[in-house]
Amino acid sequence: MNPGELGAWGVAIAVLGGAIRISTPYLFVSLAETLTEKSGRVNLGLEGTLLMGAMSGYGVSYLTGSPWAGVAAAATAGAAFGLLHAAVCNLPRVNDVAVGIALFIFGTGLAFFLGKPFVQPRATRLPMIALGEWSDMPAIRSALEVSPLFFAGIAVAIAMRWALANTRWGLIVRAVGDNAEAARTAGFDVNLTRTLATATGGLFAGIAGAFLSLSYPGTWAEGLSSGQGLMAVTLVIFARWNPLNCFWVSLLFGAASALGPALQAVGVTSYYYLIGAAPYALTLALLIASSSRRHRLIGAPGELSINR
Amino acid sequence: MRARAETAAITAGALAAALALFALFLLANGLDPLSVYAVLWLGGFGTSFSLQATLTQAAPLMLTALCTAIPARAGLLVIGGEGALVAGGVFAVLAGVAAAGLPAGLVTVATCAAGAAAGAAWIAMAGALKTVRGVNETISTLLLNYIAIAVLNHLVSGPMRDPAVSLKATSWAIPPEAMVGNLPGLGVHWGLAFGVIACLCTFTLLKYTVFGFSINVLGGNARAAQLVGLPIGRLTLLACALGGAAAGLAGAVEIIAVHGAASSSLAVGFGYGGILVAFLARQNALAIVFFAVLVGGISASGGLMQRRFDLPDAATQVLQGTIFLCVLASNAFYGRFRVFQEPELAG
Repeated sequence: MNPGELGAWGVAIAVLGGAIRISTPYLFVSLAETLTEKSGRVNLGLEGTLLMGAMSGYGVSYLTGSPWAGVAAAATAGAAFGLLHAAVCNLPRVNDVAVGIALFIFGTGLAFFLGKPFVQPRATRLPMIALGEWSDMPAIRSALEVSPLFFAGIAVAIAMRWALANTRWGLIVRAVGDNAEAARTAGFDVNLTRTLATATGGLFAGIAGAFLSLSYPGTWAEGLSSGQGLMAVTLVIFARWNPLNCFWVSLLFGAASALGPALQAVGVTSYYYLIGAAPYALTLALLIASSSRRHRLIGAPGELSINR
Repeated sequence: MRARAETAAITAGALAAALALFALFLLANGLDPLSVYAVLWLGGFGTSFSLQATLTQAAPLMLTALCTAIPARAGLLVIGGEGALVAGGVFAVLAGVAAAGLPAGLVTVATCAAGAAAGAAWIAMAGALKTVRGVNETISTLLLNYIAIAVLNHLVSGPMRDPAVSLKATSWAIPPEAMVGNLPGLGVHWGLAFGVIACLCTFTLLKYTVFGFSINVLGGNARAAQLVGLPIGRLTLLACALGGAAAGLAGAVEIIAVHGAASSSLAVGFGYGGILVAFLARQNALAIVFFAVLVGGISASGGLMQRRFDLPDAATQVLQGTIFLCVLASNAFYGRFRVFQEPELAG
């Protein structure tokens, strides 16, 4: 049985499954961007980081046969890119948004350069957790094949929310992000805090890439990412810089991305591309509705160049 | 004068540092940097054929770079060149098809005017959102890129699709006689002239007119601009519209000089390349001409590098990214070298 025979229910099930499957990279990049922005910097280069993670994850999984070693490699590559972003931004008079665009170009190029030998071979993919065994409908079974990284992402979201609100580290990150001058006066190292936050963010973005190449779609090729890394900045605005909201927003964006293909499967093809662009239009509408010339967005860290 | 020398020296230093870093990268990959650079020169600038390819790449880059550079002078960071180019291309086709039957020259003018107008309206939207609602222009132009590309794909695969072309979803074609050829004696299409003229006009506009002066004041210090009573909203809108018009014209040029019809071939990254060019040129319209040729040359050499060294096409992108990072990092060196500082007045 395929979604086509199930009609509207098939679409609903496919969208649900797609939401779970496609949301994981969105979740990791939005958490990455949330942490970075909480410390007062914008990293617009997560797309490059994501692709570096996807490439190194796939490559290491292929070479070692262990997909989890691949995830570790992706996280390391991502953290390295976060460090690079932070190192350049730590220099005086350097615009963090521009550095992000540069890293987007650099990381994308580097990933495809180093990843050329891995286009053909097949790497070991990450295992999936089957949650749909109770059902005898294949559509539900395939919709409920969930990657362990999905649950890892939820755990990270909860942990980040808790740590930002309740720990000394979280307080320092928030203080640096809200008012660097005050944090400096209080004796905190602003650049060091931002460096650590950006590097940790890069680590998460690298894992998002590993999900793309090792879980879904589970291959390494050009056009692997559909701009999830670039979207991170807008997801975070949607989530109002709250890690828990990142989860719901990622589900929403995952569902929206799954809607087009699901409708296509039941023969509704005429608005495929426009439905695919719905999340972007939705984000823009939300921005227009919630922005104001008089104050910055609610929840936005005070030091953020992109909200002033 | 000294400030200009400082900019030139620091940018040259950043370029040299980028070439050195990329040489290390090549060494680490078991390649001889000198021979790679020799081929890069050959493939980008060394022969008349490669120079033609370079200038063909540089033409749209000049126009999309203006889409970042003009708003940047007003203090805005616009990254919507890709979307404005796509919007310009789509409307150029619509105008070209609608004007079919008129004299060929008029059709060409109509396509260019429609493309520039569409691009202007596209980026002016971001300017208006900034002025009226305070929506950040970087985010809104990024989103507008995705929306423009989705609308393009929708139009060329449905409402505007030419059913006769089956290989790739492509729109109706503009009348063939409206296509422009090459510049006399150059082997490069007319888009290059459009790009150079647009950069010269922008340079003049920003340097020698009251409007340009107001834009620079606004970009230098928005509070001061407000205090002296400059119409900030109108200036923001105009700067965005002018930048968008340039990128929209780039889309029209791609239609009338290269593709003849709209397809996903419009969105191949000239908008993002333009951001790189604008930052290399430090948002100076004259310098954009030079750096567009440089970046175009690096892109154009990709094919030859692939054939000679079996290097992936992405190698040129790694080099561009390295240059971008080095130029941004070089911002830290301004004011550090005493030779470039104006001598302090006694007393």
